[in-house]
Parts: sequence; structure tokens; C-alpha cells
Amino acid sequence: MSPRVSLFVTCLVDQLFPRIGLAMADVLERLGFGVDFPEAQTCCGQPAFNSGYREEARLVAGHFLDVFQASEFIVVPSGSCTAMIVRHFAELFHGDAAALERVKSVASRVREFSTFLTEVAGVEDVGARLDDVVTFHDGCHALRELGIHSAPRRLLAHVHGLELREMEPAAECCGFGGTFAVKFAELSGAMARTRIDAIARTGARAVVSLDPSCLMQIQGALSRAGLDIRTLHLAEVLASR
Amino acid sequence: MSRAFEQKIHETLADGRLQQAIYTATGRLKDSRLAVIAEGVLPDYQELRAHANALKKHTIDHLDYYLEQFERNVEARGGRVVFCKDATEVSDFVLSLAKERGARLIVKSKSMTTEEIDLNERLEHHGLESVETDLGEYILQLAHERPYHIVAPALHKTRYDVAGILTERLHVPRETAIEKQTAIARSVLRQKFLAAEIGISGANFLVADSGAVVLVENEGNGRLTTSAPRIHIAVAGIEKLIPRAQDLATFLKLLARSATGQLLSVYTSFLSGPRRAGEADGPDEFYVLLLDNGRTGLLDDPEKRQSLYCIRCGACLNACPVYRKIGGHSFPWVYSGPIGAILTPQFMGAAHEPALPFASSLCGACAEVCPVKIDIPKVLLELRSEVHRDEARRKQNRLEQLAFRAYAWLMRHPRAYEMAGRVAASLAASDGGGGWVRSVPALLNRGPVRAWLSQRDLPPPPPRSFRQMWRQR
Amino acid sequence: MSSREDILHRVRTALGRPEGGPPPAPRPVRLRIPETSLESRMASMIQRIEALAGRVVRVPTPAEAGAWVRRTVAGKQAVVSQAPFLAECGIRDSEDPRELRERCAAAEMGITSADYALADTGTLVLLSSPREARLISLLPPAHIAVVPCNRLLSGLEELFSVLPDPAAAASSMVLITGPSRTADIEQILVRGVHGPGQITAVLVG
Repeated sequence: MSPRVSLFVTCLVDQLFPRIGLAMADVLERLGFGVDFPEAQTCCGQPAFNSGYREEARLVAGHFLDVFQASEFIVVPSGSCTAMIVRHFAELFHGDAAALERVKSVASRVREFSTFLTEVAGVEDVGARLDDVVTFHDGCHALRELGIHSAPRRLLAHVHGLELREMEPAAECCGFGGTFAVKFAELSGAMARTRIDAIARTGARAVVSLDPSCLMQIQGALSRAGLDIRTLHLAEVLASR
Repeated sequence: MSRAFEQKIHETLADGRLQQAIYTATGRLKDSRLAVIAEGVLPDYQELRAHANALKKHTIDHLDYYLEQFERNVEARGGRVVFCKDATEVSDFVLSLAKERGARLIVKSKSMTTEEIDLNERLEHHGLESVETDLGEYILQLAHERPYHIVAPALHKTRYDVAGILTERLHVPRETAIEKQTAIARSVLRQKFLAAEIGISGANFLVADSGAVVLVENEGNGRLTTSAPRIHIAVAGIEKLIPRAQDLATFLKLLARSATGQLLSVYTSFLSGPRRAGEADGPDEFYVLLLDNGRTGLLDDPEKRQSLYCIRCGACLNACPVYRKIGGHSFPWVYSGPIGAILTPQFMGAAHEPALPFASSLCGACAEVCPVKIDIPKVLLELRSEVHRDEARRKQNRLEQLAFRAYAWLMRHPRAYEMAGRVAASLAASDGGGGWVRSVPALLNRGPVRAWLSQRDLPPPPPRSFRQMWRQR
Repeated sequence: MSSREDILHRVRTALGRPEGGPPPAPRPVRLRIPETSLESRMASMIQRIEALAGRVVRVPTPAEAGAWVRRTVAGKQAVVSQAPFLAECGIRDSEDPRELRERCAAAEMGITSADYALADTGTLVLLSSPREARLISLLPPAHIAVVPCNRLLSGLEELFSVLPDPAAAASSMVLITGPSRTADIEQILVRGVHGPGQITAVLVG
């Protein structure tokens, strides 16, 4: 009986970047996992939580817990959504012992995609091939809240034909920050432009990240600047043959 | 956000030279710090941080005890402690002492606490001359400006700006060489040190078991301020306390490294009272003014209390991608950067600048570099939710409140969510051939969409959502 | 209520400590003192001071220290402290009737000893006393500190281990790590802002 994982694709992937979800499913299936998609899923509540709407975030988090309570593993193509679930759900249910038990149980089964591959599946080479020169953008939540740095790089190192160049400075915020991107649009835009300058300096033709929200911000800025650099989610790279 | 906040941000972003100055200066400080806390250089860095955090937590959680212990020890060595509720009590004390002693000239070393209470302005209003002696602060005093950065106050000034300020205010011939500008300031200030009757300093740390004031600096003006005049007054927030002199081994190891990438600052002074009998020099009188000015208000909430752990190293400013774009003067109060963003609403009330806690992408770089492990993003999130709870009570910002309530409803009703997604996609559908979207029809070009498009392109909506594609797999 | 009572009352109320009273002990003091040899401490001290654009002179005996200082000071206005170790080196102050402060303000050099030196940071530790005035190492543009090598500690942690109560020793303890400096204007480094721009440690033994 092949091990089963449930996909939590995130609302952003569901509505705007479905390719990322499909790529993730492809990679997992090729590794021998049975993949399911609980249809009742929507969002992790992060937009409300980060904007200071705790009550609304709690309601959405409660729905997430309902949807995924029976899943063995929940794989997420987003560092920020994973961090929301494993680091912040508990804050939303402070004082509610029963809910906190559920949070603990579900959160322990949630994994960001790259760490699922390296830590649970125990693989670094998924047999991918992509002839290209890329750089990697560390999303802030993945990097600082989840401590993810080497897992995606090890996976990329095994992609045949791929050259990875690191950015200098190494890790800087792309400026998305949820509603920050629209509340402080000019500032967010300035931060994005600084980041794409660093990307362009590497000479890479694509930038890879774990986070669809970063990719949206970065691609939006690249496109506006007329730069011919594309964005790829790690899942899309790993699904390439 | 307030017009003023928006305007200052906009002006700073539009000033190319200033952008370069801020980014470069903070970049250098950031890199210097990294070099001296690296694994190979300071292997117990994380341990030191954890220890410093624990010491600060312990001290703040029992602050009354340590305040009294400090007071006893200062007085045992011939000094005097004065508790001051606010700015007025500090300036009243200084003014009355100055009057009693016939003092007209005061020299000051760098102190954000005295900036906080506008001490110089108050003293000058009453006819005293109070001269800043830290080079950057002196230049800013001449220019009537606030510091730009906790550690690098004149970061925003070029040598040409400085030349103009010196010529205009000191009537010296124009001088653009930085070494010579420094020499001019040195010579002017030397006279002040030697003539001043009172020296006012801040305090980086107050040591409870010693009754001591610790001053950390690079120029020597702190030493001169506290050694040359007959009277030394240290003005310090009540949160500056640490329990024991020996704890300085931890805090001093962290402070200079975090602030400037030095192993230790050039001068660290440990001052415990007026000169002792027989000592060759030193002040005859020693006062420590312990300032509240709203700090007790921050003690109420155990989650936000950590805001008082700050040792004013400035590392969070250097790490912050927002500060590195908008600089110190965009912030509405004397404290800028991430620490300023959490202190300002707590001291001044959220209404002072309600948008301030939201001026962050929550990237967490600040929390990563804070030597005393203040969880700044956590406090920002707490402040954000307080702003909205307050708005809900006052029935303000109803549109946004409604929008998030609608969002929460939608996200618990998957079929409605899916429908809403399909409607939005069809509304936004373009014939752009799949490329990213530069502009949208006027009907859609509002609010968040408009704000997004002002800076970057939008992704084209895919023909089908993931769940639609999954069903057809 | 006085401000003192008011503030303490607010603090106690906010902290839920209405009675006040002593707290549980804080975490034990953290002092990790490495095992080092005198030679390695010497090497570190020299390297650190030189990296800060200070100067180090190593001499085997107090007599030679005295000779070196007298040669260096010859023809210059200097103020010398009354530190016993300087006397041991045969370094004496001149007979100058002027007040100490005035002399320090006019001098080209200030000569002191040091109570300790810290090898891992290149630091001199000076305690104020009837024999060591604060201004001698502060006002003149050059400072020479003559230190016996048995005072060379490994670092800050060892200092606070041998001197846990600096307040008992003096009204002022200053740690001096290199020449005075600033980078306030355009981040360009300038030395000798207010304190001495030239610093020399004479290590004896």
C-alpha cells in the first residue's frame, strides 16, 4: 500500500498558479506516493492573521483543521502557509485545550514541499532535468520561521543540466508581505526592484522559490521592468524532464 | 496611513542619493556585524543571546526590586537617584540644579532617551546652553534635525551638507574634508567640555548591584562629559537595568558586535558615583534620573513587555528592508526602524500613526539579529490586531472589516469560494495571450488592484483553477 | 505621592508584584574563561591593538620600559600619572605647578599604567584612583599605557571574574579599546575625535 499524502495547494496556487499544484502532484506520484486533494480546502487564514484580524483567521484555521484532520501527511507548496499552520495556529486557539490538541495533531503532519521530499521521502534526486541557469530566492517565512535553507538547494543540485547561482545579498525580503504589498505599494515596489536587481546581477535566466506569493511579487516586478527572466516554483523545476 | 507618513515615505523613496546613502551605510553595518558573530568567530553567539534575553526578562519581570537595589547602591557611594515621571520632571530637576549651582553651560553625550524628552529644547528655552558632543549629534544639533539612525545619527548627511552647516552656524571658512570637519568640531567642543559645569549623559546599562551607569562609545565625548564637569547627570529609562556587574560580560559582548561589528567599542565606562575621597579628578556630584515617560505602561502586557529589553544597538534597523528604504526620518517618533515601530504605538498610542505597525512585510530579519531576542514581528502582529479591535469598537474602517468577514465566510464555504473564484477570473480574463497584465479596465482598477498595478504587473488568471484541472485529471 | 512612589507603585501593579520583595535569583552569571598561555595572550593583545591602528611595544623589564618612555617623551609636553608601576619603571612626572586639568589640556602625551589588559579585544582597563587621574588618558592626543604582563587577562569574562565588583574599587573603570574614532560623516573613519588618536601599550615582562 503506497503511502498517501494530501495536497494543500493554497488559495493562491488554486486560483492563480495551478501549474504549481499539478507539478507538485506529479513529483509526489512519481516518487510512489498516492496523492489526494481534499476538495473542501480553501485557505490557511494567513491573510487575515497578518492583517490583524485574529477572529477571522481563527475561523478559517478551524475550517482547515476540519478538512485535513484525517490526512496522513499534508504537503504544501508554500513556506509562508506552512509557517502559518505550524507556528501560528496555536496562537489563534490560545486557551482552548481541545482545539490546541487538534492543532498539534494536524500541524505535526504538515510539511512544506521541499522538506517533505528531503526529510519524509528521504530523497534529493527526483530524476528531474532542466537545462538552465537559475538563482534561488529564499522566502522569509520559509527561511526564518521554518529554518529552510539547504533542502531546496540540495534538491536543485540534483537536477540534471541545472546551474544554480546564489544572489548577493543572499536573503532579502521581496517586499510582498501580504496586504503590505497594496497598503504600502510604493515601498513594496521599491523592495521588489531591489530584489530583482540582485536577481538580474546573477545572470540567471530564471528565479526559483518555494513561495508562490514571492513568485507573484517578483514576476510582477520583472515583467514591469521588462526583464526577460522567468519565475519557477521549485515543484515546477522538479517536475521538469 | 496619515498624509505625513505617506509623504515622508514617498519623498525618501524618490531621493536617489538618500536611497544610496541609507542602503550603503546600513549594508556596511550589517556586514560588519555578520563578520563578528559568525560561527567561527563567536561560536556561543546564540547562547549569549538566549542568556541576555533571560537576564532582561528576569530584570524587567522584577523591575521594582532592581530599581530599589540600584537606588540603594548609588546612594551608598555618594550619588543620588531621582525618579522622574516624564520630560518635565527631568528638565525641572536639571534647571533647578543648574540654577542652584550657577551653571550656564551643559555638555551632553549621545542619548536617545534625552531626544525622546526633547531635553535640549527645554533647557535652551530656559536660557541654558546645552551642547551635543557626539560628532554626528553635534552636527544635527547645529542643523536642528533629529537623529536618522540610533548608531549613525548623521547617516543622511554628505560632507557637503556638513560643510554648509559648519560654515553657516560656526562662521568658519567652508571645509569639505571630513578629517578637517572633525577637527573643527573637536576644537569647538574641547572648549565646551572644559568650561561646562554640568555633563549630561544617557546610560547603556544601569547596574543594580553596583549602583553604576555604563556608557558605551567610540569618540571619547562620553568620558569627557562625565569626567570634566563638576556635576554628572545620567538620564536613563527605567528599563536599562541589569542585575549584576558580571552580567556585562554577556551584554558588552553582544552590544558592540551587533551595533557596529566591533568586538568592543573604543570606550566602555563603568561609573559608580562622584569621585571618591582622594581621587585625582572626576565629578563632585553624581545624579541618575530614572525616567518612566510611559515605560510602566509597557509592563502591563507580558507579551509586549519584551519591547523594553532593547539595548539600542540598531541592528534591527540595519537588517530591516523597510528601514533601508524609508530611512529614519519617515518614522513619526525619535525611535525608528523595527524597534521604533513597536515602541511608538505603545508609548504614544496607536492613534499617533495607526498605519505604523502595518509598515512591515513581517520578514523577521529584525528578530533574527536582535541580541536580546525581542520577537518584534510577534509584537507587530499583536499591535495590528489591537488597531482593528479598536476600530471595531469605534466603528471605523468598516469596509475593510467587512471585507475580512466576507473572506472568513467564503473560506469556510468551499463551493461559494470556488464560485467567487470563477467569477473573479472571468471578470479579469484578458486576451493578453497569457502575458502578465499591465493595466485593467477602469471598473476593476480600484483599491488593492490599483495599488498592485501601480508598481508591478498582475498575473493573468488561468483558464481553469487547480481544482478544476484536478477533477479532469 | 512622590514620583518615586508613583513609579514604583505602577511597576509593581503592572508586574503583579503588589508586595514587591526579592525575586528568585537570576540565571547564574555566565563567565566562560578560556585556558590561555601568557604567550598566546601576548600575541593576541599585540594583534588586536595593531589591528585597531594602535601600537604595541614589548620590553622585558621595567627599566627598559622606563628608558623607552623617556626616549619617546623627550622634548614633548607630557603628563605622567602617579601609578606605582610607573615609579617602578622610573617614569616620573615633571615638576609642573599648573593644575592637572590645565596640564592635560595642554599636553601632547598622557602616560599611565593600566590595572588590567584584555588580550582577546586589545583592551586596557583603567580604574580611577588618587594615583590615576581620568583625564590623563583622555585629554592629550596621545596616550601611552605601561602595563606589567602579569595583568594581561584573556578577556572581558576573566576581568569580571577577577573584578566582580568594580564599584568597590573606584568611581570610574574605563575599558579602552584602541584610539578614539568616529564614522559619523559618510561612514568615513576618522581617528582622534575627542579622546586620543594615538594609543601605545608598553607591555612589560
